[in-house]
Amino acid sequence: MMNDILVLDNIKRDFRRGDDMIRVLKGISFHIGAGEFVTIMGSSGSGKTTLLNTLGCLDKPTEGTYLLDGTNVGLLSRDELARLRNRKIGFVFQAYNLLPRTSALDNVALPLFYNPAISASERKERAAAALEAVGLRERMQHTPNELSGGQQQRVAIARALVNEPVMILADEATGNLDTRTSYEIMALMQELNTVQGKTIVFVTHEPDIAAFSSRTIVLRDGLIVKDNDNPDIHPARQMLEELPLMDDY
Amino acid sequence: MKIFNHIQLAYQAMMRNRMRGILTMLGIVIGVAAVIVIGAAGEGAKYSIKATLASMGTNLIMVTPLSNDPGGTRLQSEELQTLTLKDIKAIEERSLYVSAISPSSQSEGQAIHGALNWPTTIEGVNEKFLPIRNWSLKSGTMFTEKDVKTYAKVCVLGQTVVNHLFSKGIDPIGKIIRFGKLPLQVIGVLNIKGQSAFGQDQDDVILSPYTTVQKRVTASVYFGGIYASAKSEALSDAATKEIVDLLRLTHRLRAEESNDFEVLTQVEMLRTLNTVTGLLTILLMGIAGISLLIGGIGIMNIMYVTVKERTREIGLRMSIGARGRDILSQFLIEAVLISVSGGITGIILGQLNALIVEKLMHWPVAALTYPMLISFSFCTLIGIFFGYYPALKASRLDPIEALRYE
Ligand SMILES: Nc1ncnc2c1ncn2[C@@H]1O[C@H](COP(=O)(O)OP(=O)(O)OP(=O)(O)O)[C@@H](O)[C@H]1O
Ligand SMILES: [Mg+2]
Repeated sequence: MMNDILVLDNIKRDFRRGDDMIRVLKGISFHIGAGEFVTIMGSSGSGKTTLLNTLGCLDKPTEGTYLLDGTNVGLLSRDELARLRNRKIGFVFQAYNLLPRTSALDNVALPLFYNPAISASERKERAAAALEAVGLRERMQHTPNELSGGQQQRVAIARALVNEPVMILADEATGNLDTRTSYEIMALMQELNTVQGKTIVFVTHEPDIAAFSSRTIVLRDGLIVKDNDNPDIHPARQMLEELPLMDDY
Repeated sequence: MKIFNHIQLAYQAMMRNRMRGILTMLGIVIGVAAVIVIGAAGEGAKYSIKATLASMGTNLIMVTPLSNDPGGTRLQSEELQTLTLKDIKAIEERSLYVSAISPSSQSEGQAIHGALNWPTTIEGVNEKFLPIRNWSLKSGTMFTEKDVKTYAKVCVLGQTVVNHLFSKGIDPIGKIIRFGKLPLQVIGVLNIKGQSAFGQDQDDVILSPYTTVQKRVTASVYFGGIYASAKSEALSDAATKEIVDLLRLTHRLRAEESNDFEVLTQVEMLRTLNTVTGLLTILLMGIAGISLLIGGIGIMNIMYVTVKERTREIGLRMSIGARGRDILSQFLIEAVLISVSGGITGIILGQLNALIVEKLMHWPVAALTYPMLISFSFCTLIGIFFGYYPALKASRLDPIEALRYE
């Protein structure tokens, strides 16, 4: 398909521990088109993080081919992979991974340092714009320890957006957050997906989170057991407003 | 990636851990400051030695007695009995390159005037002594050849002796002082010469005819030394050789016998002193250098700990697009920033201390650029050398492993 941004063909990933061979991904194939919002689900240890690392060019598959935006990732060097991560991918982690004692603005600007095409003033502008896009205009000079978990995750999302990547990869990005804050993050994700057309791959094991996406892939033991389009996408913003106030505690 | 970006990243990282950076710097600061102070003080010492020796006259030649018996007891030069009036006469009559010569007989003792007294040194010399030493009179006159011949009880005082024997405002000329039991009439006062290169007060002296001193104080016909003046600085070596030859002749030394005296010229003394202070400076610099090295090892330690502690940060940086070499540069620049800021602080501290040394010890402390340049480049090298391995380790981390690191 012309506008497929991710094409995986029979991806396998083995880990060698001494004489043991641990087969984590056992042959995974799927396509993701530009503008899709895909959640990956599965029980713990089913290989979700391993798959996401492969999608994010942090890891290379043992076997199989992976095309990202038309590029065969398997043929790239370490440095070329780093460049690809910088330009095409925005990561959001469960643990936020913000630099401590560093302002939100500087945290968001970080990926731009590794892009020599961007000047210092442009860096500031774009970081500020990204923070504004996630609703943290008032918090630019705050350091992570002065922000709530939800706000920290939004800083991390701004950091993932700042280099204008083609897709956002999130690994249990709402795993540390309460329901209300999770919904806020999901509302943001939905807006990025529908308004800005960002492709999103979101790993989670909570079905209510998966309900916000347009498609869900379920893994079990390194294989895809389900790959469904979601007929009933929940609108996160609206559900947030309908949340009983009880949850505010 | 632009170098400026790297520097900015390293700077941000350093500012995130200011206290640790400062503590790491401390070793470098102390090392560099020590190098600067020692370098400056050493250079200052050389300079002051040169200045005093130059003020003593560069034509000066000194002869001191020496034991030429290798198994013999070592004696102080005053007690060695090799130099006599015969030697003076021989040099006076036969030398071509010596313009003036004076014997010297020294003795320590108590100088007394009225109720005041002062322990000092009497030096018995002849009437030609002052120009040989490049000394001059502030007031009065020097004793004459006639005074020497007649064992005259006269003396010329150094300023220190005047200060201790006479109350302010009293003119010592014409007064009678005593050196031990020997009464001496003061006929002149010397100009102030200050300290010698060895830290000796050159103004703490009484000059009298050597005849008087030999007869009434030392009771010996032997001299503690001979001062001579070469006709010019250029003839100093020729004059030295001549004196050696003449003295060997008058002492009837056979060819296989070594000299029973030692001839020192001002030029040689300068050389010796420079070697000694030079060696001392190098030694102290070596010690300072070791402290710099220890500072460098401190940097390596901290960088290793930093890399371990910041493993997740390294993983994150890699996941957002840092290449191995970007991580390497960042940590390397961090190490260099720490060592160079330590170096700059050390240079400033060192210069301040050098100024304090100058004020306290009255040493002209030379503000040298080369120890500064050397310590500065040394610091950069230390930063690169000791920062390289931790940085390399960081750059080789696997991004996934690093992100998983707890
Ligand atoms: N570097 C590695 N070496 C060996 N085994 C590994 C390695 N990385 C992952 N695994 C194994 O692969 C399997 C899948 O791990 P993965 O982290 O992908 O699971 P997951 O689906 O993300 O689970 P969770 O929901 O708990 O995060 C696990 O059994 C894990 O032990
Ligand atoms: Mg996982």
